[in-house]
Amino acid sequence: MSHHIVEVKNLQHVYPDGTIAIKDVSFRITHGESVAIIGANGAGKSSLLQHLNGCLEATSGEVIIGDTRLSKGTLPDIRRTVGMVFQNPDDQLFMPTVFEDVAFGPLNLGLSGSEVDLRVREALERVGAGHLSAKPPYLLSGGEKKRVAIATVLAMSPDILVMDEPTSGLDPYARRQLMSLLREFHHTKIFTSHDLDMVLDLCPRTIILYEGGVMADGPTRDIFLNDALLAACRLEKPFSMQECPVCNKSADTKKL
Amino acid sequence: MLSINAAVSDLKRLDLLANSDSPIHALDARAKVLVTIIFSISVVSFDRYELARLLPFFIFPAVMIAYANLPPLYFVKKIAFISPFVLMMGLFNPIFDRAVMYHIGPLGISGGWISLISMLIRSLLTVGAAFILVGTTGFTAVCQALERCGTPQIFTLQLLFLHRYIFVLADETGRTARARELRSCGRKGRGIASFGSLAGHLLLRTWQRAEHIHTAMRARGFIGRFHAHRRSHFGVTGLCFVLGWTFLFITLRIYDLPGILGALFTGILP
Ligand SMILES: Nc1ncnc2c1ncn2[C@@H]1O[C@H](COP(=O)(O)OP(=O)(O)O)[C@@H](O)[C@H]1O
Ligand SMILES: [Mg+2]
Repeated sequence: MSHHIVEVKNLQHVYPDGTIAIKDVSFRITHGESVAIIGANGAGKSSLLQHLNGCLEATSGEVIIGDTRLSKGTLPDIRRTVGMVFQNPDDQLFMPTVFEDVAFGPLNLGLSGSEVDLRVREALERVGAGHLSAKPPYLLSGGEKKRVAIATVLAMSPDILVMDEPTSGLDPYARRQLMSLLREFHHTKIFTSHDLDMVLDLCPRTIILYEGGVMADGPTRDIFLNDALLAACRLEKPFSMQECPVCNKSADTKKL
Repeated sequence: MLSINAAVSDLKRLDLLANSDSPIHALDARAKVLVTIIFSISVVSFDRYELARLLPFFIFPAVMIAYANLPPLYFVKKIAFISPFVLMMGLFNPIFDRAVMYHIGPLGISGGWISLISMLIRSLLTVGAAFILVGTTGFTAVCQALERCGTPQIFTLQLLFLHRYIFVLADETGRTARARELRSCGRKGRGIASFGSLAGHLLLRTWQRAEHIHTAMRARGFIGRFHAHRRSHFGVTGLCFVLGWTFLFITLRIYDLPGILGALFTGILP
């Protein structure tokens, strides 16, 4: 299926205030790939992701999803294909209750009442938020909001899943849960994260952004082994690839 | 600034009430909208000096609150909240309209006072009915019902966005106020001077958040149409509801029930 391909060509984005957030970014992500986009704060990750479903309009360059070039006319179709979880869950939740919020997307897809019910319950169960369905979103904790925000997108069964820092603000258990959920999602997925252990675990491929440009694009393992590259991009190795400080220390105390 | 947050959560509570279950909640939104409109027209169309004949109309909010399991105190407070505004609007009635209408012993009550009180009762009734409508139906469903009854979509959509925007604005105001309060260390901050920039900042922030939310809505397939989850159809219950109340309102509007009852009593009593 060529449907789940994401291709970005010479993308550039300049914000109205003159900030050049993205300069000349190109990559091609094929069907079923799982790709992490990493980079320091302000590297342009969120800006880049928001181009993938047309939330931001490119200053120049193009975005192609499947066989379709992103433009005003193709936007509704592309938004059905690309599910996007924003960095700030407060931006994503706006209905009076969690249930209605998750139902918002499926209702817009024109599904019938019982089908919507089913999808909403399923999506909430998958993120472990079934018990929250009657609550108003603004009364949830940060992590709960995040999980509900993810459910709102899952309920639309997108072909391509795009997430901006999905694990930030989650407790370790919810993080594990999300990771196994992502592992089960066999379509194309793209996410940004500062959780490099998760990246190592879930994404065979990584793209490093630095000051709006692509600094590296390749197998995750190779990238994390390249100390010079990581340092140049203000990044650090995942903990699982660093020497264990606890074990070293305990060895030291034994010596004493 | 606690009051802002309190006011917001109060508003949100009204929206949440619409999600409970009761015979009234289960009714079709159009039926409730229709009855509320007929109720308001009946109440407003009375003569400006009318008092006694307005009182029987309180039966409508009372019955609705009871059957919909709404918290009565909450609505009483909500409705009481508007009375100062109404009083302010009618402030000049007693001054300009001094013709004496009633005598209670030696005290003459002018038409101005009567019309002021009448206005107050009428606004309590109509605003109360509107609150109850939203509390039993939900704002989205009310707008949808309006649309299904022929209101142009552009108008109902504006209403919906306004409703959402109020929450966003209130949210941001609460946050900004808290941030300011925490850093002004209990003093007045930099006083009025800092309020200008604060307000400007608030406007921009609210604008940005509203835009983000709109983006999120479009990302989930929003193309200018809200769908209410509760799909109901008018049915026999809806029809009975509308006809029953309409009959009562028209009767109360045409016949002077308190007058008739009064005459009955004075007739019986020697
Ligand atoms: N709406 C905006 N207007 C102007 N500049 C922005 C806007 N949003 C982000 N930026 C700037 O663009 C750059 C990239 O931001 P962002 O994509 O959010 O970074 P990241 O998600 O990688 O932390 C930052 O320097 C930021 O200051
Ligand atoms: Mg970001």
